[in-house]
Amino acid sequence: MAATALSKKKTTKSQKAPPKKKQKNEFFSTKHTATKELSDHSDTEDEEIVQNEDSEGDIGGSDSVSELSSDGDKPFTDDFLQGSEEDEGSKSGSGSDSDSDSDEYDIEKKSRAIDEERAREEQEADEEMQLNIKEESDEFRLPTKEELEEESERPPDLPSIQRRIKEIVRVLTNFKNLKQEGAPRKDYIEQLKKDLASYYGYNDFLIGALVEMFPVVELMELIEAFEKPRPMCLRTNTLKTRRRDLADVLINRGVNLDPLSKWSKVGLVVYDSQVPIGATPEYMAGFYMLQSASSFLPVMALAPQEKDRVVDMAAAPGGKTTYIAALMKNSGIIFANEMKPQRLNSLTANLHRMGVTNTIVSNYDGKQLPKVLGLNSVDRVLLDAPCSGTGVISKDESVKTSKSLEDIQNCAHLQKQLILAAIDMVDANSKSGGYIVYSTCSMMVAENEAVIDYALKKRDVKLVPCGLDFGCPGFIRFREQRFHPSLEKTRRFYPHVHNMDGFFVAKLKKMSNKKPNVDPSDPPENTEEGTRLAENEEEGTRLAKEEVGLSQSVKENSKRERTKLTKEKQDSSDGATGNGNVESLSTASKWKKRKFPSKEDVSKAREEKRQALRAEKRKVKSAS
Amino acid sequence: MRPLDESETTIVFGKLFKFVGNNLKNIVGQNPSHEGPDSNPGGYCFRLQKNKVYYVSEALVKRATTIARPNLVSLGTCIGKLTHGGSVHLIVQSLNLLASNAKHKVWLKPTSEMSFLYGNHVLKSALGRITENIAPGDGVVVFSMSDVPLGLGIVAKSTQDCRKLDPNGIVVLHQADIGGYLRMEDEL
Repeated sequence: MAATALSKKKTTKSQKAPPKKKQKNEFFSTKHTATKELSDHSDTEDEEIVQNEDSEGDIGGSDSVSELSSDGDKPFTDDFLQGSEEDEGSKSGSGSDSDSDSDEYDIEKKSRAIDEERAREEQEADEEMQLNIKEESDEFRLPTKEELEEESERPPDLPSIQRRIKEIVRVLTNFKNLKQEGAPRKDYIEQLKKDLASYYGYNDFLIGALVEMFPVVELMELIEAFEKPRPMCLRTNTLKTRRRDLADVLINRGVNLDPLSKWSKVGLVVYDSQVPIGATPEYMAGFYMLQSASSFLPVMALAPQEKDRVVDMAAAPGGKTTYIAALMKNSGIIFANEMKPQRLNSLTANLHRMGVTNTIVSNYDGKQLPKVLGLNSVDRVLLDAPCSGTGVISKDESVKTSKSLEDIQNCAHLQKQLILAAIDMVDANSKSGGYIVYSTCSMMVAENEAVIDYALKKRDVKLVPCGLDFGCPGFIRFREQRFHPSLEKTRRFYPHVHNMDGFFVAKLKKMSNKKPNVDPSDPPENTEEGTRLAENEEEGTRLAKEEVGLSQSVKENSKRERTKLTKEKQDSSDGATGNGNVESLSTASKWKKRKFPSKEDVSKAREEKRQALRAEKRKVKSAS
Repeated sequence: MRPLDESETTIVFGKLFKFVGNNLKNIVGQNPSHEGPDSNPGGYCFRLQKNKVYYVSEALVKRATTIARPNLVSLGTCIGKLTHGGSVHLIVQSLNLLASNAKHKVWLKPTSEMSFLYGNHVLKSALGRITENIAPGDGVVVFSMSDVPLGLGIVAKSTQDCRKLDPNGIVVLHQADIGGYLRMEDEL
């Protein structure tokens, strides 16, 4: 009987184990493999099984012992069984009553007890599992104010902050189901912002701006991508060598490199190198230039042709300028301008090192360049505008903490002025162009799409495709702002999508040389002001204030004469007589109306003045 | 920016002659330049700006006149600096121009390239090849064995004497080398 009991127990044992493990499978199938489950998650379960097995083993052991001993020990073993059952906190059930019963009855009771035990254990296991799961999901609640205050007093606990970040991201992705009762989405986002700022070292403004631009999961990818540096790239100088030959030579020196991508025929990416890559004899001989991959893009968009006149308004340290010269094969002419004198050295050195001979380097403020070089005088302009640098955080960590809303707005203001200057320099009627490429290494909408939108309103330009199809299109609308729909032709590049620095490129084509607005130098333009000025002018010419009207209209006339010539250097102080900027081919009838009366008035005024002079002369004659 | 005057022109041409010899006519004469946006290429000329001598094509010069003197930084290729004493030092940027027209060349062994690039003079032991008939005091362009121009120098001994020289003797005095782009970027 003991033997059968033993064997029964053994079979039940073996039967017990698989069904329990199967249930484990159901709960944790998403995360772990079957083998792992058994070891990891059924730890508690294992303990129980082990315990059971141990106790069963003990029981079995005692049974086997009892087999050897006489039958008189049976009641003893029964006591053991019953005792262990009671120890496990089972229901009394059979218990001590079965002492006096027959053996068969005992077996039935035992088997029932075993079944019940098994069921109980299963239930306990389920409950524990549920408890585990609940702990994990319920555990995440937003920290209360007291907890936050506590935390701010202690030094920051990075692992817990990181855990909290991950939890919030998980909640936000499935907000309806996982959110805490009564906690609005905003609270979660606020907490996330604070945690990201303290964990990664950003200031509040920048984190807020990034949160507004990206969905949460992408935001995490972006921030992680910013923590790591982008791979170093170099560009073959096609004036001196070919990419294949350069790659061979560098590989011989011990540099591990690969072609950059299929969109570039001159780029190489360096994985590691035994020699300093910026000091090889090939570098010094000007065979290549160390440049980040994103810097190739604006020049590829610009696509300068041979014998073009090109201006690079912010040229230092010269990577893009030398690329332009290489594309033009040293023909044509490039004006490379740089405002800061400390950076001019590197610009000239790079130009000479790479063997560029068609460049004139100047040291001007970009806004003055149209005056110096003349309006409507060049074929293409590249403006790689000075910006806040929020796209190159992986290169310069100080950007994380040093940029504020004011910085961005200052940059945007400067960029708007520069882009207008750039547009003014281009000749719309040039045979091979009339293109302006605007690029920044920033991701802020205020510095990118807003500036292009401003240029579209202020000048007669239109956006054309850049030719860089692998980028993300720019934003047409962002929060409360709405931009011109052609802004989808601009391109944005991100570190976590393209593995290059954050970048923005836009290509504009100048349609005609006229300027549809009154004041070119004041960015915040009011059309009301313009009409008021116009009205003043008309009054001035009509009223008896001849001199004022005369001087104004004379200025106007001379201005009109000057605009007829192709080359001119207008003063920027055109504020008072803005009408003179309009060319004769204007389409708005308003302008035409204003012109005709003033011409007649001018001649009238002149006649009157002449008559007045003659009258005076006669008076003087008669007097003398 | 102004054209070179008489004395300056003679000095510069004299120095160039040391390096390129009769090929000087290639540099100075009507070398058709493919620069400039005009369809008919003009020649090259020399200009002086802030004591630096520049070799530019005429088309560029015309367009550079609009840039004011304090703001003009560089034109075309800078080939040398005029010193107080009235002589001209050719600098490394002129290498591109001179290498193609050089009369005398010296090739260095691969192991001693770096030594020259650090600014040391060329010793006999570093010499790979040398053109014939060099007189002492001639200018020479230094190449690596793979025909990459490394710099400029003045020869100290003639070719015959070089052969008899002991390995540590100086053959070429260092004048300028491409390592200067890294070492002396600020002085260029």
